[in-house]
Amino acid sequence: MDKMTQLLKLLEKTDTIEINEFRMDFEELEIQLMPAVQKAVQQVVQKQAAAVISNRIIPPVPFELPVHDYPGEVAEVQLGAGTRKPVLLGGQKALYRFEEPQPNPPVVTFDVFDIPMPGLPRPIREHFSDVMDHPGDWAKKAVKDFGANMVTIHLIGTGPKVMDKTPKQAAADIEEVLQAVDVPLVIGGSGDPKKDPVVLEAAAAAAEGERCLLASANLDLDYRRVAKAAMDYNHAVLSWAITDINMQKTLNKYLMKEGLTREDIVMDPTTCALGYGIEFSIDVITRTRLAALKGDKDLQMPMSSGTTNAWGSREAWMKKDEWGPTDYRGPIWEIVTGLTMMLCGVDIFMMLHPSSVQLLSEIGSTFTKEYLDTDVPNISNWITELGV
Amino acid sequence: MQVTAMDIYRLLPQTNCEICGEASCMAFATKLSEKDTQLELCTELEDDQLEKLESLLAPAVRQITFGIGDKTATLGGDEVLYRYELTYYNQTPLVIDVSDNMDDTAFQDRVKSIEEAEFERTGEKLTLDAIALRNVSGSAEQFAEVAGKLKKSKLPLVLCSMDSEAMKAALEVVGDERPLIYAATENNLEDMANLAIQYECPITIFVNNDLEKMKELSRILRAKGIKDIVLDPSTFVGDGIGDTIDNFVMIRRLAVEENDEDFRFPIMGVPAITWLYENDDVQGGIKEATIAATLMNKYADILIVHGTNIWELIPMLTLRQSIYTDPRKPQAVDPGLYEFGEVDENSPVLLTTNFALTYYTVEGDLKSGKANCYLLVLDTEGRAVDVSIAGNQFNGKSVTDLIKDSKIEDKVKTRTLVVPGLAAPVSGEIEDESGWEVLVGPRDSSAVSDFLLKLKNKV
Ligand code: B12
Ligand code: SF4
Repeated sequence: MDKMTQLLKLLEKTDTIEINEFRMDFEELEIQLMPAVQKAVQQVVQKQAAAVISNRIIPPVPFELPVHDYPGEVAEVQLGAGTRKPVLLGGQKALYRFEEPQPNPPVVTFDVFDIPMPGLPRPIREHFSDVMDHPGDWAKKAVKDFGANMVTIHLIGTGPKVMDKTPKQAAADIEEVLQAVDVPLVIGGSGDPKKDPVVLEAAAAAAEGERCLLASANLDLDYRRVAKAAMDYNHAVLSWAITDINMQKTLNKYLMKEGLTREDIVMDPTTCALGYGIEFSIDVITRTRLAALKGDKDLQMPMSSGTTNAWGSREAWMKKDEWGPTDYRGPIWEIVTGLTMMLCGVDIFMMLHPSSVQLLSEIGSTFTKEYLDTDVPNISNWITELGV
Repeated sequence: MQVTAMDIYRLLPQTNCEICGEASCMAFATKLSEKDTQLELCTELEDDQLEKLESLLAPAVRQITFGIGDKTATLGGDEVLYRYELTYYNQTPLVIDVSDNMDDTAFQDRVKSIEEAEFERTGEKLTLDAIALRNVSGSAEQFAEVAGKLKKSKLPLVLCSMDSEAMKAALEVVGDERPLIYAATENNLEDMANLAIQYECPITIFVNNDLEKMKELSRILRAKGIKDIVLDPSTFVGDGIGDTIDNFVMIRRLAVEENDEDFRFPIMGVPAITWLYENDDVQGGIKEATIAATLMNKYADILIVHGTNIWELIPMLTLRQSIYTDPRKPQAVDPGLYEFGEVDENSPVLLTTNFALTYYTVEGDLKSGKANCYLLVLDTEGRAVDVSIAGNQFNGKSVTDLIKDSKIEDKVKTRTLVVPGLAAPVSGEIEDESGWEVLVGPRDSSAVSDFLLKLKNKV
């Protein structure tokens, strides 16, 4: 075939044109072509040129999910035993669910106090004002009305500067809550480093066999005594370090030396609230989880977030008309703080406000599902369907 | 993958001529690797070296600017998956939508409220970044006409229509302002791509939860020579949010770790979709803020938001500011002596730390309370009050040094220092070392003006 007929033939079926060869010949051909044909050819060539380049420079590559292999995994910690419905935390073998869904969804534990807590922000008080005199009723309401997976009973009243309640009174409060609900408990002290170990010990004895989480063991107090109470009465321990991964590692090691195992420890790497250092918590929690998956045995425990710290932020509580009502700001501050921690790998959240809890749980519940296993709507028309 | 200084150094002339302003090529390479200087400053590069360096230095995620002149927004440019590894670049632009079928007053009001929304935090004015015009009317002319009205706006524009005819009509009017095109889909790809090429505008690809398709479309656009691409893999706000998070993470992993050219682009999230399912202003606002926060945490480089209530925007703006602070730099202000209102030799002297959040919170409270006072700002290397007390940067000695160095003793007759409530544990040592009397102020600086007033009345 001479070049001319070759070309005309190509032009007939431009879809299947042998492009690479054709381009090579084109300059040669051009000289000999009659103007009309030349124009036609040029159009075709221009149209195809882009596709040519693409085929040459960018060969199609199949799409593969970017899944990693992780040598380590997060321990699974059971809270609740005896008369409690058990709740499992942790157990992740991967960072994201498209790699492998996590076995247990994130868990929310509602804060309940052993005293009426007049200082609680109004948006919270208004949900609980009728039950605040009795921690048992308060816990019941959290579980029944607001679907709490767990309850945290803070023994604030034991603080020497608060009401200086005795360990015995603390034990009585624990019994009241245990009677009222059948979910697992977190038992928190008042934050007094001298008294907390004594109080936690008495509370642990009162809740023997119920596998509560004792909050907390840290380097500022007699963590040995807390660890021993947990082992004597079958509980788990919250290991709390202040935004410092090395401090966390050290404390975990100490606790394991006392005889606790990975399955008995939950870490609290500290939640700095939104706008008050949340970026420090993001970094520390991300690094902690990555270290666990990479195989650091001292950091392979589930993590907890004191999400209620968010209510200490001005934006959550301060009355200021230009910022809008605190009724909305407070819950958003709590949920955005918790959510951010959840997306970095936190497993259990101590929270206060019912609507924050609900939104957090909604997103968290997707973590146990497979990628592309949910029916999603077709949102291609969102531009026109969205209201004004 | 992050480039090391050594990788860069290999391609530099290695003559240490100092034209770039650095003492050596290695120093320049180090700064380049930290994005602290510009490649153009080395004038000694051959063309091929320059080209190699340019592609070496291209961020894992392409940086894209839309708009022109002084109304632009920039997105993308990230290098790493986690902020602690380096820092994140270019704060996620928050784009608010308007529709093309609003009556004119409502439209003007909405545009104005978008332009004026503002929230001040740690001395920074946090604002919204762009307007997304939605083609709700279905009419190309109307879309174009309303787009024309937005020429007057202070903010750059995202044009939202899946109809290439409407897009064309609007670009005829505002194409010279380089709006972001939203969106190319499987169905309109060729036409939208041609518009992007003709008007030299960045273009968004939308797919409904299908990354394989996303890759294919991205590949086609790249083959056409289009460089500025934004990826929208769909924002689902119900159970589907799980898939959305997965898609965002995968796109970013493919860009940063796999160097997959089809995915090395900024990601768009559309929290506005919340309002397809929510009518209640409050529930919708809380939900939308939640979705926005979720996506911003997981790599959204630009977000289209519908709600304009300030209580909904504040958390988004705050989260954005937090995530994008540079972990390599302390968030600090200059230490030293500051004055508020009218001061004289009898004015009270207050003390705080140079952590940006602490300083600006106190500053804001002093200003809004119209206080007249001196404020000593202690160098705690950018740490809050109780943090620096716990870390021992805030103690009797450091405060005494500050009193001496600031020469406050020449300015006031009083020798009374008001310290933050949280500094009570160190008040004794400050008194001992400095010889000043220490008054422990309120714990929260919002009460500081009242405290000063009471102090004055006592005197
Ligand atoms: C974020 C944070 C960090 C960040 C640092 C952030 C920073 N740049 O400072 C990091 C992670 C690095 C950190 C480290 C540590 N932290 Co820290 N951290 C916090 C956290 C969560 C928030 C601090 C904050 O940003 N506050 C916000 C600012 C605006 O508050 P502020 O500076 O106090 O200012 C307010 C008031 O003081 C007052 N005010 C300020 N100036 C003035 C002036 C006058 C005249 C008046 C009247 C009032 C006033 O008004 C301001 C506005 O409300 C707090 C817990 C908390 N408070 O919520 C713990 C906390 C402060 N940290 C604590 C500790 C122990 C540490 C470490 C020692 C732990 C460690 N890992 O080793 C280190 C110390 C590091 C060092 N100094 O070398 C403890 C301190 C305990 C104590 N009081 O002894 C706290 C309270 C946590 C806890 N509950 O145990 N921390
Ligand atoms: S200008 Fe270029 S060659 Fe000269 S010192 Fe700087 S990097 Fe090296």
